[in-house]
This record gives sequence, C-alpha cells and structure tokens, in this order.
Amino acid sequence: MILGYAGKFLEIGLSEGAFKDVTFDDKLLKDYVGGRGLAAKILCDRLISKWEELDPLGPDNVLLFLPGPLTGFFPGGRVCVSGKSPQSNGVVGSTVGGEFGVELRCAGYDGVIVTGQAKKPVYVFIKDSDVEIRDASRIWGKDGKETNTLLNKECRRLLSERYPRYGEWKEPAKLYIGPAGENKVRTAVVMAKWTHAAGYGGYGAVMGSKNLKAVAVKGTGPLPEVADLGKVRRMIDAVDKSAYENVLWRRWGTGGGGYSFAAKSSSEPIRNWQEEWHDEKGYGVDQFESRLWVKQSWSDFGCGTNCMKIAQVKSGKFKGAITDNPDYEMEAYLGPNLGIFVPEENVFMASLIDDLGLCGIQTGNVMGFAAELFQRGILSKNDLDGIELKWGDTEAFAKLAKKIALREGVGNLLAEGTYRAALKIGKMKGKDVLQYAVQSKGIGIGAHGIRSGKDFSTDIGYACSVQCGDHTSITDLPVDGALGEVWAVFNDSAICCNFSGGFGLPRNLKFDFYNAVTGLELTRQKWGKGGGLKTLQIQRALLLLGGPDLKWNPKVHDDNPSRFYEPLPSGPYKGKAADRTSVRESVQKYYQEAGWDENGVPKSETLKKLELGDVDKALRKLRK
Amino acid sequence: MLVPGADFPHLCAQCEDYPCVEACPFKALSISRKTSAVLVNDEKCTGCGKCIEACPGRIPHMHPADKKIVICDLCNGNPQCVKVCQEGGWNVLKTVTRGEHPYRLYARKPEEQTRSLAIKLYGEKAEEFI
Ligand code: SF4
Ligand code: SF4
Ligand code: SF4
Ligand code: SF4
Repeated sequence: MILGYAGKFLEIGLSEGAFKDVTFDDKLLKDYVGGRGLAAKILCDRLISKWEELDPLGPDNVLLFLPGPLTGFFPGGRVCVSGKSPQSNGVVGSTVGGEFGVELRCAGYDGVIVTGQAKKPVYVFIKDSDVEIRDASRIWGKDGKETNTLLNKECRRLLSERYPRYGEWKEPAKLYIGPAGENKVRTAVVMAKWTHAAGYGGYGAVMGSKNLKAVAVKGTGPLPEVADLGKVRRMIDAVDKSAYENVLWRRWGTGGGGYSFAAKSSSEPIRNWQEEWHDEKGYGVDQFESRLWVKQSWSDFGCGTNCMKIAQVKSGKFKGAITDNPDYEMEAYLGPNLGIFVPEENVFMASLIDDLGLCGIQTGNVMGFAAELFQRGILSKNDLDGIELKWGDTEAFAKLAKKIALREGVGNLLAEGTYRAALKIGKMKGKDVLQYAVQSKGIGIGAHGIRSGKDFSTDIGYACSVQCGDHTSITDLPVDGALGEVWAVFNDSAICCNFSGGFGLPRNLKFDFYNAVTGLELTRQKWGKGGGLKTLQIQRALLLLGGPDLKWNPKVHDDNPSRFYEPLPSGPYKGKAADRTSVRESVQKYYQEAGWDENGVPKSETLKKLELGDVDKALRKLRK
Repeated sequence: MLVPGADFPHLCAQCEDYPCVEACPFKALSISRKTSAVLVNDEKCTGCGKCIEACPGRIPHMHPADKKIVICDLCNGNPQCVKVCQEGGWNVLKTVTRGEHPYRLYARKPEEQTRSLAIKLYGEKAEEFI
C-alpha cells in the first residue's frame, strides 16, 4: 500500500440504502493520485460506455467526495467534489476547503462514492466506520446557515448520547446543499461552513437530485501514516514560512481584487463584461476591511495563511448580512458584474447567495447576462416576472437570485445556467443571444478576463480547458508550461490550496511534499508528461462525449466567448481585445501538443501511449 | 466551531480550586508544582469521565483510542502553542506568570463560549445560529 492513504473508500448506494468499503490498487492511485484525477478515472471506468445518455441529474450519476493524499498535511485541508457535471456534461474536479477531507481521512476513508438516489431526503452521518443514512426531512428546505446549525446540533447530540462518558465533541465536518441544490439548479454548489463552496461543476444539483442534503463526518483516528514525517513537518514549515512573508496576502486575501483587478489589470467583469475596468475607490479593499470585516484572520484546517475573512453589514438597509469573505470572485461577480459598487451591498448579495446554496460566479454570470438582455430590451420587465433588472439595483438582483434558487417563474429558466438559458431565450425571442453569454462550454468564465493581457489568464486559458470556464484550471502553451492545466490537475488531485503559503512557493515544493507523504518519487517533469496528462485526456474525452442534453463541437466551442473579441471600451487598455486568428492558431497548437487531432479529439496513439485503450474505444465514434 | 468565526481553544484554565482533581475517584490527576497545570497519570486513569462532569467547562478530553483523559499540561512551562502563535504573527497567546486571578472564569462550556463570541462578532444576528 502507498503511504499517505487511509486504505479504503466508502461507497454508499442511496437507492438500496447500503454501503460498503472499496479499494483501488496502487498503480491506479499512483497514476491518478486522488481528488480530481481519481474522480476522472472512477467516472471513466464506471460510466464511459453510457456517458452520452447519462443524465447528470438522474440516479445513475456517481457523486464523489475525494480528498487527496496531501489533505490534512498540506496546510488548509481541501476535498474535491466531482461527478458528471450538469454544467459541462463532462467532469469537473471542484475543490472546497474546510475540515471535511481531514475528518474523513481520520475516520479511515480516502473518499466517499455515492450512487443511486434516495427515496426521500436523507443525510449521511459517518463516525469512523459507523455509517448511517439518516432522515433529513427536517433540514430539507433550510438555507445554508440554518442547515449548518441544525446539523451541528443533531450530530453533537447523537455523539454525546452514544458516547456518554466522552465529554464534549468538536462538531463533525459537513458538506451540504441549500435550497438551490435541492431544486437541482445547475448553478448550485456543495457547501461547507457558511459557505465555502465547491462551485464549478454544479454538484449541488447532483446532490439534490440524489435527495442527499448533507454528509457529516467525524473521524477520531490519526491521519494516515506518512513515509517521512520529519520531512513532512519541514514542508509544512516551509509553506507556513512563505505565508508569513506574504504579509499583504495574509491581511487581505483575494479581497483586494475587487478594486485592483479592475483598476490595475482591467480584467474584472463589469455589467456582464461589457467593461473590465473601473476606478471606484469606494470599492477598495480598505473599505471592506474597515467597514465590514468582523474577523480578519480566519483559516481552513491547519493553514497559516489565513486568507479567509468574515464580513458583516453593520448599518443600513442590509444590516445583519454575514458572509465568510467575500473573496475576489464574489466581489466581482456579485458586485461590478451586476453594476453594484457598494461593499455593503456586495456582502449582502454574497450572504444571500450563500444562504440559497448558489454559486456566486455562475449565478452572478447568469444574472449579469439577464440584466444585459434587459438593458438591450431583449428581455422585458414582463419576461422577468415584473422585476426591473437595472444595473446596480441590489434588491432586484436579490429577488431574481431567490427565484433562481427556487426555480420560480423566470428563475426556472435562468436556473439552467447562462448557456442553456441563452439557447432557450434565443428560441423564445428568435434572436441570437449567445453573443452575450460569457461562458465556455456551459461554465461561466471566472472573473479574470483575457483582453487586457495583464491578468494571469491566457487567451486560450478557457477555450481549451477541460474544466471550461474554471479560472483555477486554465490552459497554456506549452501544455506543461508555467500555467499549464496539468498543474491544476495535480493541485486538485493531491489536493493543495492554491493560496496556502501565498505566492512564491518553490515550484517543486508540492511534488516534494507528495513524495514525503507517499514515499514515491514523482517529479514535475514526470507528472507533466504522464499522470497529469492521463487525467486531462479522460476529462477531455468525457467532455466531448457530453450529452444527453448538449454536445460540444470543438470547432465552435473551443473558443472564447465572443465578448472577448470586442475591444475593451474603457480604461488604460481601451481598445484591446483577443485576436481571433491568433486564438485559432493557439488552439490548433494546443491540440497538437496535447495529442489531439485537428478536430480536438484525443488521438488513438496518444491514448494508447497513456494506457487509455478504453477511452480510445469510446472516442471512435467522434473520429468519423 | 459551532458558529463559523467563533473559534476558540477549549482548554484547561487551571482553576484555583481544581474541581477535576477533587472529583477523580482514582487519584489520576495531580497539580504540577512548577506550572500549576493539571497532570494526568495515564496508569491510574480509568476513563470514567468524572473529571469532565466536574469541570465547569467540561474541558478534559477523552482520547478516543486510548480512552484516557487528556488535559493541557502547559508543556511543562514551555507552551508550544504560544510559540507557534508568536511565530505566525498572530500574537494572541502569551506566557504569563501565575498570579491572583479568577482563572476559573475561563473554564467555559463550548456553547457558552460560542454564544459570547458569536454575539460579539455578529450582534443579535448570532441568536439565529446558536
Ligand atoms: S490559504 Fe486561504 S483558502 Fe487556502 S487553506 Fe488557507 S485560509 Fe483556506
Ligand atoms: S477519566 Fe481519568 S482522570 Fe478523569 S476522573 Fe476518571 S480516572 Fe480520573
Ligand atoms: S478547567 Fe477543568 S480541567 Fe482545568 S483545572 Fe478547571 S476543572 Fe480542571
Ligand atoms: S501546546 Fe502545550 S501549553 Fe499549549 S495547549 Fe497544548 S499542552 Fe497546553
């Protein structure tokens, strides 16, 4: 057995109400590591032959909660949520912070695999090897904060009843959904705390489709044994030391972005990306810091970076609203992207989105899209159930967000996410509205534009990504170049937080860390040409197979949203835009380097070399 | 952390009257002359849990595998938690000399402690989460 693993996975069949332990052999764990990589492999092995017909929101989807071998060791424990995505119809590895992965590994599991569908709302309570599927009817319908409170109470009561002599229990870690997930909204998240979220992919809807409100876990064992404890300790110290040197990062986290990604790099979504520059000094991080942050140093498990904040509105109309953060993505998508430039209003929106269990990025994206259609007179007040969706009208957007979470009226349409909503509205209005949909293959683009060329996002970053609009998984040339997607695959598989340690961690550190934990000898180079590519090919294959409601045509869809070809209308980079010819060339170049044919389909020889014969077989029909 | 943000260490406060020590039927607990910390004699501890009941903050922690009580022993006068807290620049923990002080006040149950902190952070809104 490879060190650093607990040694078994828990598979829960919700249809039968049964569970069992499953294991994977060492070779497979070596190649796919955990988290995102392992998710891609499990889904491929079990589902590739029926992928195109598989409804991501039906009982046959497989939902995965997978930590990685570094979860619990690398500061800031994260877990990866995956399955067939109801957004891209491919596989997204969506990671979320909190203690879930750590508790799970201390309970003796390297992951949870959920199949089937419960007949009525349930939640799963794991205490070491005791697993229970419990009635969740009392919690169903509750918002995020209520769910968190109720689960804490119930689980702690159960623990103290069952272990009367044990005194006080730290509450179990939980992953759960809010109303949006229950209603199978495609922009729903899987949440932790209040709410950290596994956003990209829409797995809140998958949980909802399985009638699974939450998974709570308490582990009392140790973390898995590691190969070189002394070295692991030194690696942790190195990450922390780097964090301590990043003073401003620790102080502000990504919260400085709401102003700086606009004013400095012109890459922030503003009014559905009609602009990417603003100079609203009232939206500066100092305003968030001094008016709103009630807790400035807050962190996930064992993380010395503590980039998390908690904000509460202290006065005015939205008094009382609380959210943990907002981080940059929330600041941008629930702020300027909706024409909102007041920190209090942004915190209120983020708090509401948390409570509803929605993804701030995807929901901010679809609401911005709807607001632009309103601005252009394509959607009328009547179409919007009487809501006058004017830029900057926080209350109007709040109303709309609630409708989306509850799939009520026009909310039912927008709950499908930007791309699907655009197709429907296009048909309804007899107009092409896709040009206003700032997304890639079903996933709204993260809040890092490419037009100015001043942000980290590259001009094929989203077009070729196997996680589409996900700004944490962009592509670059060469395939294993500095920003290549293979590194994101490693990050999400071993699982490390991108922000832990701040910036400036030595490039090999994560691999050294992995080796210290597992006792293996993996190098950056080997990963870039081997393991990393395997996962990438599987994700690409499943994304292209897609279905059942939508399929992607690489010729059309391996591209930027058309907005990125419109020149920036304002700011220091006014006039700059992505260049169609050069993007097309880069995409072809990327295909070649990734071992894909000129239509973007992974080649037979590429797949065979990576021992992915089954994937090759499944892709044959796409190669005609 | 029953309410996000209201995190706190739930650790021994070295009460002046040491009710836990008094309560232990097996004389497994004693008081360190050097640091005033409560010391656990693992050999004597039966895991009966009486000290937890006696502690105003229900602080003694039962080790889930050994089934023996764990109580902060102040690291024999060189607290490691204080060291890392200083290293990390949080400067929340400090080592102080024991003096006349109602230490017992700090022995609080998790719910009580959470309530106070949550109200301090979130005001009346906190009531919804407790
Ligand atoms: S760096 Fe921030 S997001 Fe990452 S683990 Fe630490 S606190 Fe969490
Ligand atoms: S649990 Fe151990 S220390 Fe506590 S009262 Fe019982 S024997 Fe004494
Ligand atoms: S706080 Fe609890 S454990 Fe510590 S001395 Fe007081 S009663 Fe004993
Ligand atoms: S590190 Fe030492 S002093 Fe600090 S809580 Fe633990 S035992 Fe007590």
